[in-house]
Amino acid sequence: MAQLLQDKDRIFTNLYGLQDWGLDGAKKRGAWLGTKAMIGQGHDWIIDQIKASGLRGRGGAGFPTGLKWSFMPKEVGARPHFLVVNADESEPGTCKDREMMRHDPHLLIEGCLVASFAMRAHACYIYLRGEYILERHRLQAAIDEAYAAGLVGKNACGSGWDFDIYVHHGAGAYICGEETALLESLEGKKGQPRLKPPFPANAGLYGCPTTVNNVESIAVVPTILRRGAEWFTSFGRENNKGTKVYSISGHVNKPCNVEEALSIPMKTLIEEYAGGVRGGWSNLKAVIPGGSSVPLLPKEICDTVLMDFDALREHQSGLGTAAVIVMDQSTDVVKAIARLAYFYKHESCGQCTPCREGTGWMWRVMERMVRGEAETSEIDMLLGVTKQVEGHTICALGDAAAWPIQGLIRHFRHEIEDRINNYRAGKPVFVPRMEAAE
Amino acid sequence: MSARRLAIIQPEDFKLSASAKKKISAWVKKYPKDRQRSALIPALWIAQKDAGGWIPEAALREIGDILGMAYIRVYEVVTFYTMFNMAPVGEHHIQLCGTTPCWLRGSDDLIAVLERRIGPRGSVSDDGKLSWVEVECLGACANAPMAQISNAKNDHYYEDLTAENFENLLDNLVAGRKVEPGPQNTRYTSEPEGGNTTLTGTGPYHKTKLINLPNTDKKTKLNYYMPDPKDSRATRGGWVDPDRKASADPTKRGSNLGRDLTKGLVDDDPNKGRPKRAPAKNNKLKTSAQPSFKPKVIYTDGPTDGTPDDLKKINGIGPKFESDLNRKGIYYFRQIGAWKAADIRMVEALIGSSPGRIKRDEWVKQAKKLAKVKA
Repeated sequence: MAQLLQDKDRIFTNLYGLQDWGLDGAKKRGAWLGTKAMIGQGHDWIIDQIKASGLRGRGGAGFPTGLKWSFMPKEVGARPHFLVVNADESEPGTCKDREMMRHDPHLLIEGCLVASFAMRAHACYIYLRGEYILERHRLQAAIDEAYAAGLVGKNACGSGWDFDIYVHHGAGAYICGEETALLESLEGKKGQPRLKPPFPANAGLYGCPTTVNNVESIAVVPTILRRGAEWFTSFGRENNKGTKVYSISGHVNKPCNVEEALSIPMKTLIEEYAGGVRGGWSNLKAVIPGGSSVPLLPKEICDTVLMDFDALREHQSGLGTAAVIVMDQSTDVVKAIARLAYFYKHESCGQCTPCREGTGWMWRVMERMVRGEAETSEIDMLLGVTKQVEGHTICALGDAAAWPIQGLIRHFRHEIEDRINNYRAGKPVFVPRMEAAE
Repeated sequence: MSARRLAIIQPEDFKLSASAKKKISAWVKKYPKDRQRSALIPALWIAQKDAGGWIPEAALREIGDILGMAYIRVYEVVTFYTMFNMAPVGEHHIQLCGTTPCWLRGSDDLIAVLERRIGPRGSVSDDGKLSWVEVECLGACANAPMAQISNAKNDHYYEDLTAENFENLLDNLVAGRKVEPGPQNTRYTSEPEGGNTTLTGTGPYHKTKLINLPNTDKKTKLNYYMPDPKDSRATRGGWVDPDRKASADPTKRGSNLGRDLTKGLVDDDPNKGRPKRAPAKNNKLKTSAQPSFKPKVIYTDGPTDGTPDDLKKINGIGPKFESDLNRKGIYYFRQIGAWKAADIRMVEALIGSSPGRIKRDEWVKQAKKLAKVKA
């Protein structure tokens, strides 16, 4: 069995808010230590360290963070650079950034300073989802503390670098988690994604070079620099390095957030931290391993799969935001996915036709399949439509809407077929296995 | 996509309160000049709080006027974002999460409670105390099922709900009793129920020391690009789109071409709003007295040194660039010949040239040669 992560190696040591979130508490936990010295190492050293640490973006796509930063122009031209932190955490199943912002806000603020310096930005905007109102006030209070202590603002930390940080918020649109939609929203427009290229590193916020990073990607940066890239690479498999905050929800005995190393076996994660699946591991039906956008995995795969980018990709799923949604045998898995199809229908921005029309179409067919009122041939038709939506839209929301349905058909096609047959035979279409409902 | 429209019945006279306007103007300051439109979503949120939980049409117009936007753009945004309520809501507006993670944990039971007590989705109770909608994932999935309840004072999350404790919660809200936000069971935040199994000590868990920093001994020369320290808004992304024309109403927009970058040095009209400078002595061209890290452009207040040079002789400068340069106070080959890298960057911004063009076309080299010929 894999060695579990020890408290001394956790980055977010106030994940549950049991200690002081303020500046004093944060400093005791190691935040703001040596920030000036780290900045004194220069722009390129910071980017090289992050590259060496193998940090991959924590927002879902898993793009190497250091590489992303290096796309920013090396010289500041007429247009200033911006760092925008994506705190629009709306992926169903995901609730990790919220804990960082309300319980460890100073790690994020310090990360913003260091990352902004590395990419030569003097201003940073943190885009919070509108519903996180407590988190917004908490973060603003922490930023005010940091300004008062001279840690940000003019000559931040005495490093000679001027740095301003602002909190901005949205108003309940999932699509604003897409980086270009987020920039549109930050400019006061509808959150409709932009065509790429140009990529934000060339023309982002207000047409200036911009990097958009997830909260977790930024908040881990100061600790990686303090403790060294080698320390960070000592966790996880090759190409999947470091620690990660997992959100475990659904049919487990004790849903929770927990920080663990990447590449931990899924079974270990669920059993050690979340109190196991309701009714025991044998009662497991399926797991969505990375937030609603990734295809679900049946129990046979969950038995052995490792929680990292590459292992999950091998099984045609993904790590996404590492939001583990567990479903036990009592679950109407078709309805669970139909509910997600409704989610994507509701959140489609309406810009591209395949997504605007396709998400609604897929949801309506899914709803009929939940009731069994469908033809068996429609399963293949549905699969065909998901393939027509996938990859034919400006942003990845079309893909995200298609994948859960593809995963369902890949692994639970027999359930849909049974339902259609039951409906025709006049039998109840779905009878949950009741031993699960303790 | 959700189709949302303005309510049919609108209040006859609605005006934003003074405190709401003050809050909006505080938000506007967060963004660069001419980008006050960025404050739209926060402004609408403030207006919604001000109007008692929803946005009347009059508020949209008022915000459009404050931010200098067409009303249709405000309308576009307000109908796009689902947190803006287009019709009146109850005193306590319940947003219940019904997405899969909450559904798995029993949000259907909570919906049944709300349907019984209030009515179908989107309805307001008869006494106006409660209203409810089903919303998509609110991002508290480890504490599912949950609801956000908005009222005049706050917008708290209520987590780990069951049909029973939810009923209690609603009773208390209606009766005006105090309710504790957060998890409604024994949990504190998102730790596993029954106490956290990690981070159990008092911390700190690790005595963090800095690793050996390789560049500490060498004096690292950092190529800082610093905005003008005198301009309090300079570091707020202190930048104005070089292509943007000055606003028709300068008192409202308060910005001229390229002003942020070179405050006090250049202006659209060289003589307007600028302190009179003494004529250059000894025919020496004046340099700015800005701090050393500030890019410097040598300029004059006018063609003080005799007839201006024909800048078009420089390969790459046409009549357009020449008039732009003259407007910025650059008339002589000598001035161009003195440019350093930082000056070139700034000039490029000022005349709207593409980055790297001046270097590529070797303006400085050519100008030096031409200045020599002239001498």
